[in-house]
Amino acid sequence: MDAMRPIFIQIAQRIENDILSGALLEETQVPSTNEFAGFYRINPATAGKGVNLLVDAGILYKKRGIGMFVADGALARIRANRREQFRDEFVRPLLAEAAGLGISRAQLADMILSDTNKEEGVA
Amino acid sequence: MSTVIEVSGLSKRFGKVVALDNVSFSVGQNKICGLLGRNGAGKTTLMQLLTGQQFATSGTIEIFGRSPVETASVLERICFIKESQTYPEDFCVKHVFASAPWFFGGWDAGFADQLIDDFRIPTNRRVKKLSRGQLSAVGVVVGLASRAPLTFFDEPYLGLDAVARQTFYDRLLEDYAEHPRTVILSTHLIDEVSNLLEHVIVLDQGRVIIDGAADDVRSSATTVVGPRDAVDAFVGDRAALSRQGVGGLASVTIHALTSDERHAAGDAGLELSPVSLQQLIIHRTNSSSREFEQSA
Repeated sequence: MDAMRPIFIQIAQRIENDILSGALLEETQVPSTNEFAGFYRINPATAGKGVNLLVDAGILYKKRGIGMFVADGALARIRANRREQFRDEFVRPLLAEAAGLGISRAQLADMILSDTNKEEGVA
Repeated sequence: MSTVIEVSGLSKRFGKVVALDNVSFSVGQNKICGLLGRNGAGKTTLMQLLTGQQFATSGTIEIFGRSPVETASVLERICFIKESQTYPEDFCVKHVFASAPWFFGGWDAGFADQLIDDFRIPTNRRVKKLSRGQLSAVGVVVGLASRAPLTFFDEPYLGLDAVARQTFYDRLLEDYAEHPRTVILSTHLIDEVSNLLEHVIVLDQGRVIIDGAADDVRSSATTVVGPRDAVDAFVGDRAALSRQGVGGLASVTIHALTSDERHAAGDAGLELSPVSLQQLIIHRTNSSSREFEQSA
């Protein structure tokens, strides 16, 4: 795990990743807090904090007596959030590393464009 | 949430030696709490006091709302697994497990049998013939299967191999999830247990130097690495927990940064790296780094 972030945030991100990748579909049940705790070998209260973060964000919801489910529209909501963070998390470090290596913005743009050409058809 | 352990102004002196010096803290119900610190920090003394096996020099202890000393209603809810438990001279391992239900009302014999299998404990052997690791495993089984509402593990795995330690963590988490209870875990293997803890208390020379939620403690420091001048400029007059350098590079551990400060560090070409609970405790309890802080 990426030790820079608190563990409960990492748990929330893992669950989000599974929703983004389609491993967890909307309106399906997610593992219980205790199952997450056992799997990642963390304190159940920490796992619960991560799950609650997603409940507060409307990504998961609780069915009384049954468990946690992925909310309708969760995928779109996670995408929107991650797009907002994309510049900070990926573009800024990319530009900083490129500047350190003396790669100009134009060269960088070329690299990105030639890479996307290789993966033609990918949206 | 109700409080299981409430300690206030607790001190314990053995002659001229001050083992605990004005210690105050509380532990909430159904938490897994790490009691950490260097050798001789006072961890075992503290647990002996909490379990009514020593008398305090001054201060108060309340366990389940009452003093533990000779209070049967408190003591019957406590299980204390000591680093070196002694058993009657001719005891076999099976006698240990046969007598455990006399002391622990919540004893689960089926769970104990499963754990005995997991740890491969030879039950017909005499306790004194066990290896150090096997003796530790017996303690772990008693501690888990007793399901005491308040369980203390004092360095429970001396001599336990890596597989057995992992088994202990897994069984502890599983059983804790099904049967929540308060667990105090004292250990030097901080990295191994770091993620299991909800609450962390660190003792140093008889004093509490860290007491907080594990998540907060884990994210309370960060290390800044980069060219010496840039690091010095960024750190400025922030308190440094530790400082190292090689050539023109410096690495300084400081208190946690806000996200704006992290961006500023990134823009200054500095690298930030996390500080594990173990590293943090080393920084905070290492006398050479403390001298550094005082001289800084």
